[in-house]
Amino acid sequence: MDVIHTDVLVIGGGLAGLRAALGAKKRGSKVIILSLVPPKRSHSAAAQGGMQASLGNTAKGAGDNEDIHFEDTVRGSDWGNDQEVARMFVHTAPKAVRELAGWGVPWNRVQAGPRDVIIDNQKVTLTEAEAAHGLITARDFGGTKKWRTCYVSDGTGHAMLYAVSDRTIAEGIPVHERMEAVSLIHDGQRCYGAIVRNLITGKLLAYVARATCIATGGFGRIYQSTTNAVINEGIGAAIALETGVVPLGNMEAVQFHPTAIFPAGILVTEGCRGDGGLLRDVDGHRFMPDYEPEKKELASRDVVARRMEAHIRSGKGASNRFGEHLWLDITQLGEAHINGKLREVKEICQNFLGIDPTKQWIPVRPAQHYSMGGVRTDAHGAARGLTGLFACGEAACWDLHGFNRLGGNSVAETVVAGMIVGEAIADFCKTPAGDMHVSTALVRDCWEQESARFSALAASRGTESASALLQRMQAIMSEKVGIVRNGEALTAAVDELKTLLLRSRDIGLRSSAPGANPELTAAWRVQKMLKLALCVTYGALQRTESRGAHFRDDFPRRDDAQWLKRTLAYWRDPDQRVPTLEYETLDVRHMELPPGWRGYGARDAVPHPDTERRENEVEQIRSRLGDAERQLIQQSLMPFRHLLPTHLRGLNARLEDHA
Amino acid sequence: MINILRRKPADQSPRRLTLNILRHNPADPASVPQLQAYEIEEAEGMTLFIALNEIRATQDPSLQFDFVCRAGICGSCAMLIDGRPSLACRTLTRDLGKSITLAPLPFFELIGDLSVNTGKWMRGTSERLQTWIHNQTPISLNTLEERMEPELAEAIYELDRCIECGCCIAGCGTAQMREKFVGAVGLNKIARFRLDPRDNRSDDDFYELIGDDEGVFGCMSLLGCHDVCPKQLPLQTQIAYLRRKMAVIGFE
Ligand SMILES: Cc1cc2nc3c(=O)[nH]c(=O)nc-3n(C[C@H](O)[C@H](O)[C@H](O)COP(=O)(O)OP(=O)(O)OC[C@H]3O[C@@H](n4cnc5c(N)ncnc54)[C@H](O)[C@@H]3O)c2cc1C
Repeated sequence: MDVIHTDVLVIGGGLAGLRAALGAKKRGSKVIILSLVPPKRSHSAAAQGGMQASLGNTAKGAGDNEDIHFEDTVRGSDWGNDQEVARMFVHTAPKAVRELAGWGVPWNRVQAGPRDVIIDNQKVTLTEAEAAHGLITARDFGGTKKWRTCYVSDGTGHAMLYAVSDRTIAEGIPVHERMEAVSLIHDGQRCYGAIVRNLITGKLLAYVARATCIATGGFGRIYQSTTNAVINEGIGAAIALETGVVPLGNMEAVQFHPTAIFPAGILVTEGCRGDGGLLRDVDGHRFMPDYEPEKKELASRDVVARRMEAHIRSGKGASNRFGEHLWLDITQLGEAHINGKLREVKEICQNFLGIDPTKQWIPVRPAQHYSMGGVRTDAHGAARGLTGLFACGEAACWDLHGFNRLGGNSVAETVVAGMIVGEAIADFCKTPAGDMHVSTALVRDCWEQESARFSALAASRGTESASALLQRMQAIMSEKVGIVRNGEALTAAVDELKTLLLRSRDIGLRSSAPGANPELTAAWRVQKMLKLALCVTYGALQRTESRGAHFRDDFPRRDDAQWLKRTLAYWRDPDQRVPTLEYETLDVRHMELPPGWRGYGARDAVPHPDTERRENEVEQIRSRLGDAERQLIQQSLMPFRHLLPTHLRGLNARLEDHA
Repeated sequence: MINILRRKPADQSPRRLTLNILRHNPADPASVPQLQAYEIEEAEGMTLFIALNEIRATQDPSLQFDFVCRAGICGSCAMLIDGRPSLACRTLTRDLGKSITLAPLPFFELIGDLSVNTGKWMRGTSERLQTWIHNQTPISLNTLEERMEPELAEAIYELDRCIECGCCIAGCGTAQMREKFVGAVGLNKIARFRLDPRDNRSDDDFYELIGDDEGVFGCMSLLGCHDVCPKQLPLQTQIAYLRRKMAVIGFE
């Protein structure tokens, strides 16, 4: 058994993992990063549209600040998120953008003077201020009051990931590529690292660490139709779940993106609509204003995706031989804009559809896109249930996004959380709790247990096929646990997934190639993915309301009275067939922004009994403080700054302060 | 409405495709490199991503290849497609003949079948060429960012778009002869950082990194890299420009 020792083990080389690693390293910890693939190939590279941060440099962003970003984020989440975390996030996002600028991200910049843009299908001339020339610019995205999404053409994630990855190379942080964490080393109280499989040789190793951080991204591949990369299988979340003591939060909160190209499921960015693209139906009619007169195409994703599906169901879908879809029309943006700011979109349309989006409409239909749920952590990224375990990025339920995340808030979350959690990990390593006394017997036991599992699976003569089970699971998830859910379909889905889980214990392999046999890898993963699928489905079945991306046509109203709470899914006994669910209350009495209408979507929530009292309290505080500084008012409503590392507490400068 | 997925006439039955795949598993002492043929039925809109996954799911679960984003963004799936380095995920079978030959990218360490270790090589090259912003001034998180001309930011992004897929190395004459040649991917990165005012390195510093035959003077201007780059980076002009700049330093 090979054992590798380190202070900090970061599992995941996407934006979140890399940024957390840099934070810990800067404070003197020895850090190793693991990744399934070379880090620059992580799915963060696929983020196109941009990163939200309230810099307020542009004409349409003027007056923006943390308060507005905070409100947009909470409304977007349908009041399902943690408002303190949202505050920490919006406060740190401008710092993150500026740090990335320093590391070389070529953010698009403000060009002073007039420029033509398309807003709500009209050509409008905006005039950018002379004083803003050369500062970081922003585009419009769904669910936001201001143009706040900073971008690098439509290769934002790529540019960010390369800059941050290059930074880790500069700092000499090793990335052990083609390595997969297959279980956590723990004793039910504390985490001591992970058992890791080398995806080239198939060998198992033990990585022993004082602190372990899961930054493994989302689990979109449990769905058939998804914009996610093929490596987004959620194994990081699954191995946390399998400890039996670490819960996954809000797994039923799954986002569907309105504009995945049909049928391949490849994303075209929300930036298309942000920049003026329209959704059209079979008759070429622009239908979103009929449903959402205010935000139209730029309501939040859950709302737009739902409206699209409803419109298709009303018989207005266009169709091709693969099925029904709608059209995304960006022709009015003009060739120059598309070639410059949406070039990735153009390439995708050419390569995968054989069409030219400057002249032709793009066939789109919503597809799974983002996992709001994940390893439940506190505001510092420490996982519940095991000391020494942390999580950040899409793999975590930190809980910035609640039941719907806003476009542009995710890559922002990865770096912001990385900044905060990396620091917390370094702090942890310096306290007595960070000291580690691990018995070699425990490490050996964990290694042997995993080793035995792989050997048994490799030798299995079972009758089930891993790829067949995987495909069936994906089909169930897309058909029954998709955009519109109901009790009947969810019950059927839970039943069938339970059966699949049972059948997955009888997978047989057809090949026995030496090295990391891909069939063995797939067989091993599908068992874990089924557990995640059950967490999503069972959580969705129990949640008898609609909130954000979780929509039930048998319970169409948001029910704050019953459901202002976060689902926690545990898998305590390896033999259980559905997760054990517990709930964590979101306390209205401490909310800065008490629940209300989002400004788009339905307006029929069942109120929580405390909401009105809290609204009055907030109102009183506001009127008492009158026109005091907005930071002071905020501080009186819901203090959060103490939760941030000291070097991240400073106020963010804006152009308007300089005027 | 528009015509998507260029349809074939209805009466035409789907093609049977033969994929000849160069197979070898270095982990298996008994394995010798050999072409293995797989037959599949072509489907509408089929890419090599779809075709290879279908083969692995239904015919040969041991087949090794790498895909991540499957959207032409991450650079994982470069391979020789009928001899030409390209991204498999965005190659449509309808653009190829009935018989398709697939081989791993040459030059890189072979992991198995179509999977090669580009990541290891790219990290090594990054370390060697120090492909990061060199700037000692601490970044101020709370103040306005440094300004940059919009065109300059766009010009940097133009070069920043490299996805480290390795196609340029596979298509490079020098790299076949000189193992330590940094290739177009390396030279393009130097061009990118050289253009970036946030990087304080001088041309003398860059000369230290690429002013020899393993760097910019190793390029024979055969332009294989330029022709195969899936992101259509302006490699030819960048390398020529860099060579002139470095030659000046060399003479000094
Ligand atoms: C197509 C697309 C476009 C998007 N566009 C935007 C956008 O414009 N704006 C925005 O804000 N968000 C966007 N998002 C969302 C955003 O890109 C992701 O949520 C975010 O990048 C996730 O980053 P991450 O670091 O958490 O995970 P990832 O980047 O997915 O990285 C996960 C890492 O974990 C590693 N890993 C996984 N499992 C294991 C294991 N078991 N062992 C070891 N390593 C493991 C992987 O190798 C990888 O390095 C987009 C998402 C998609 C799918």
